[in-house]
Amino acid sequence: MCLAIPAKIVEKDGEKGIVDLGGVNKEIMFTFTPEAKIGDWVLMHTGFALNIISEEDANETLKLFEEMALLEDD
Amino acid sequence: MIDLTKFRDPKLIKKVVIDLQKWDKPTKIMEVCGSHTMAIGHWGIRKLLPKNISLISGPGCPVCVTPSSLIDELLKLENVTIATFGDVLRVPGKDETLEHARARGLDVRIVYSPLEALELSKEKETIFVGIGFETTIPGIAQTILMAKQQKLHNFSVFPAFKLVPPALEALLSTEDIKLDGFLLPGHVSVIIGSESYMLLPEKYGIGGVVAGFEPLDILTAIKIITEQIKHNKPAIVNEYNRVVNVVGNKSAQKVINTVLKTEDALWRGIGWIPNSGLGIRDEFKEFDASKKYNITLKEEEGNSGCKCADVLKGIIIPPECPLFEKGCNPAHPIGPCMVSSEGSCAAYYKYER
Ligand code: SF4
Repeated sequence: MCLAIPAKIVEKDGEKGIVDLGGVNKEIMFTFTPEAKIGDWVLMHTGFALNIISEEDANETLKLFEEMALLEDD
Repeated sequence: MIDLTKFRDPKLIKKVVIDLQKWDKPTKIMEVCGSHTMAIGHWGIRKLLPKNISLISGPGCPVCVTPSSLIDELLKLENVTIATFGDVLRVPGKDETLEHARARGLDVRIVYSPLEALELSKEKETIFVGIGFETTIPGIAQTILMAKQQKLHNFSVFPAFKLVPPALEALLSTEDIKLDGFLLPGHVSVIIGSESYMLLPEKYGIGGVVAGFEPLDILTAIKIITEQIKHNKPAIVNEYNRVVNVVGNKSAQKVINTVLKTEDALWRGIGWIPNSGLGIRDEFKEFDASKKYNITLKEEEGNSGCKCADVLKGIIIPPECPLFEKGCNPAHPIGPCMVSSEGSCAAYYKYER
């Protein structure tokens, strides 16, 4: 039930806006992410944007995967 | 956009799996969150791990921990629209579910967002069943705030909110179960931040990883936990930093604190856990359905044979329940762990048979 899904912001007017959810447009509230801009990806849950998804951090996680995969157990 | 295929890279998965296969210590890791239970089943993660690493599901499905007495109380309401998330409809009460009651005419509506319940209340007195963890709570708190701003009179929320960190503490304080690490819930942590779990290593000597829901997220998290065990350095690690940070979402926390206050909460199968829930502050009491309709919850009575209590605490895995597949299945759930698709029993039924 706590599943939240990534969605791309296509419209934003103050606290309200529209996101593209895999081709479907949905209304969303930016109450908790006032700094979000059109084009950003947000994590959406029950009609609210919970946070902005950081591409930079995602790339860091990918690096972590590599490191952990290479870390041999002895 | 973030390329998710990289989080499912078969080459890297293979490497981590080969490495994890070498881990020979008996290790019990609890995945707290129902969405992790689903993801673990979906990606077949259990089959990739050596036998000595067991992943056990925790109390992290809000529907599964909703007391049946709440359903019984809701069924008594008259001339009111009951708005709720879809999963709640099939939670068994003492004699009936909301779904059955709807079939005989009770006005029960499934909503995707609490904001829809606000709209429904403009036509008819509406109660929203506020079930959820930290992920879901801010949206519901904001909805109450909006009801007040819009001076609505026909809207109320029953606060069945639950908080994850106090439940983990309660689990660790019992002697029933020994855990070696936690897979911590990704989307709960978006709101509360990874620092909310510091007590786990500091007080209980158990580490945990806040993890995402892709296969490499989960496998890497397990690998990090084995490393912590190996070096005897339990800590909280945030693997899901593309959405989770240390302090959480401050705007969301502010809305929660404005509208709600900490209270003891009743967890189905577990009982009352101190300070593990949120109630509605007096300033918003006109929107508090527990006051408006005088609803109080009480602990389970009787015995259906359901072992959800032990499943939620990680004492048994679902197939160890005598009713699993034999009388209890997703079409005919006996206990709440079989109701929600994220319940441990339902996830085992779907993926692990
Ligand atoms: S299988 Fe059914 S009866 Fe057994 S613990 Fe799970 S929900 Fe309860």
